[in-house]
Amino acid sequence: MEPSMFAAAIAKPDLITFVAAALIVLAGAFGVITSRNPVHSALSLVLTMFGIAILFIEQDAQFLAAVQVIVYAGAIVVLFLFVIMLLGVDRREVFGREFLRGQRPLAAVAGVVGLAEVLLLARTTWATGAHAANAPVGNSYNNVQKIAAEVFSAYLLPFEATAVLLVIAVLAAVYLARRVVTANAEEENSEAVQGKAVDR
Amino acid sequence: MGQDPLFLGHISIGVVIIVLVKVLVAFAALMVAVMLVIWFERKLISDMQNRIGPNRAGPWGLLQTLADGIKLFFKEDLIPDKADRFAFKLAPYLVLVPALVAFTIIPVGGVVHIFGHTVQLQVADPPIGILLLLAMSSISVYGTMLAGWSSGSKYPLLGAVRASAQMVSYEAAMGLSVAAVVLLTGSLSTRAIVTSQAGSFFHIFPQWNILRLGVVPFLIFLVAATAELNRPPFDLTEAEQELVGGYVTEYSSIRFALFFLSEFMNAITMSAVIVTLFLGGPDGPNLGGPSFIWPILWFLIKTGAFLFFYVWVRAALPRLRYDQLMDLGWKLLIPVALAWLLVVAGMQVSRVYGLVLFVIFAAAGAVLYRAITIGRETGSEAEVIMTFRKLPAADPIRPEGD
Repeated sequence: MEPSMFAAAIAKPDLITFVAAALIVLAGAFGVITSRNPVHSALSLVLTMFGIAILFIEQDAQFLAAVQVIVYAGAIVVLFLFVIMLLGVDRREVFGREFLRGQRPLAAVAGVVGLAEVLLLARTTWATGAHAANAPVGNSYNNVQKIAAEVFSAYLLPFEATAVLLVIAVLAAVYLARRVVTANAEEENSEAVQGKAVDR
Repeated sequence: MGQDPLFLGHISIGVVIIVLVKVLVAFAALMVAVMLVIWFERKLISDMQNRIGPNRAGPWGLLQTLADGIKLFFKEDLIPDKADRFAFKLAPYLVLVPALVAFTIIPVGGVVHIFGHTVQLQVADPPIGILLLLAMSSISVYGTMLAGWSSGSKYPLLGAVRASAQMVSYEAAMGLSVAAVVLLTGSLSTRAIVTSQAGSFFHIFPQWNILRLGVVPFLIFLVAATAELNRPPFDLTEAEQELVGGYVTEYSSIRFALFFLSEFMNAITMSAVIVTLFLGGPDGPNLGGPSFIWPILWFLIKTGAFLFFYVWVRAALPRLRYDQLMDLGWKLLIPVALAWLLVVAGMQVSRVYGLVLFVIFAAAGAVLYRAITIGRETGSEAEVIMTFRKLPAADPIRPEGD
């Protein structure tokens, strides 16, 4: 390959990066729905997360890419895996019956609507080409500062609301965890009562 | 603050070659370093235990690791019958690749000029910098977890659950102490973190983050990093008495070698990260000679000191119990790291704010400690009452049933 051609090919990495990342995302997504084993599905989900992180980097959103990997791949899917492993993966899922009435037709409708929306948006906005307005090309060092400035000024209310939501979730988790203890205690109390009954 | 040429958009073939050479050199150096560090650890710990240690292969046993590596290569590769074959084969790479990638952000020296190009002595200087380390350490949790789960065996699963719970919990404390450094520097880039630590107070004390932040974040990071590495005294994941070999029990041959390799690579990377974040990285006095050599030497000396520290701790301290480990992480390190982060933030605004916050948190800490102590006492009382209540039912002397 000519050096100039080579340079031209890597100086404009948008399309190549996009196609590669999109293929990774799609492969992961197909893996999630086609794997029989839930652990393999979770791993495919991680692959999708990685593809999305690459797409973020391609858009100069470096910070979002890092957060995508740390939060989604590093924490949330790890929790999925914990739950799957603790509940036991040897049990096969029942695919035959619907748990909600009309679940499948509704899912199909939602899928078609989502696809239509994406196609509609694709008429005006493209992932490749022009980059996000908040992060000018070649100055991605300011990315984090810009996100911080936006979050703590323009989007302060949603940010704080999210924080409150998370605190509520934590409180609920703690409450539920402590309730189990009292339930055990009650159970033991009733056992003790039964023991007395036996004594009599 | 320099920028990595890869992110500037002007990419020429020269830049690509420089990046490739950097990657190759870093890879080779890391491999040799791992070999030497394994030898160093074995030799040092045998000194501390009054033994001789490896002394057959090469001078002072230097080639022992190489011999072990060759042996592992030629051993039979076993996959357990009940293993999930795909995940079992994938797991070692999920540990190895993050270990390799995490090392790329470490600045090992200053800036060198070759053939008209300015080259930073670090593989990459991405804008997200130190976040890459956190991302990679959260990815390596997958390797550990999958290794244990896919083995299809009890002890590896228990080891993996312990290891991943430990890694996930200590990541929070680690992230909070990193946040203090980032807050002071105003940038995530490791290069910027290092350059901001150049200079000295009163021409005597180096202006390193360990002094600028107070020693607390450094200590928290050191403890959290040790836990993150699953090194003694936090190596419950491979507590032989309880769990055989932990999540690597079923691994043999080259796959085991990959786990072993990445464990030591991580130890090197973490030592280097501590040096970068808190001890000025390659910062140090220039004592004459070519100017590019001293930063590299200082970096190696500081990193070596931490590797020595890890071996020393392994020889000196007993292993923690699991509940002690979790208590230390969640009840001590995370609250202290969070409070110290807020104090540092206050200091950034003004001294008065910082000191006021410090006093408030010290008082709050004392109250919390008192509350926990009282809770423990009443908790143990409640437990005693419960056991007492249970006694009649569990009494084996009484006849069963009616």
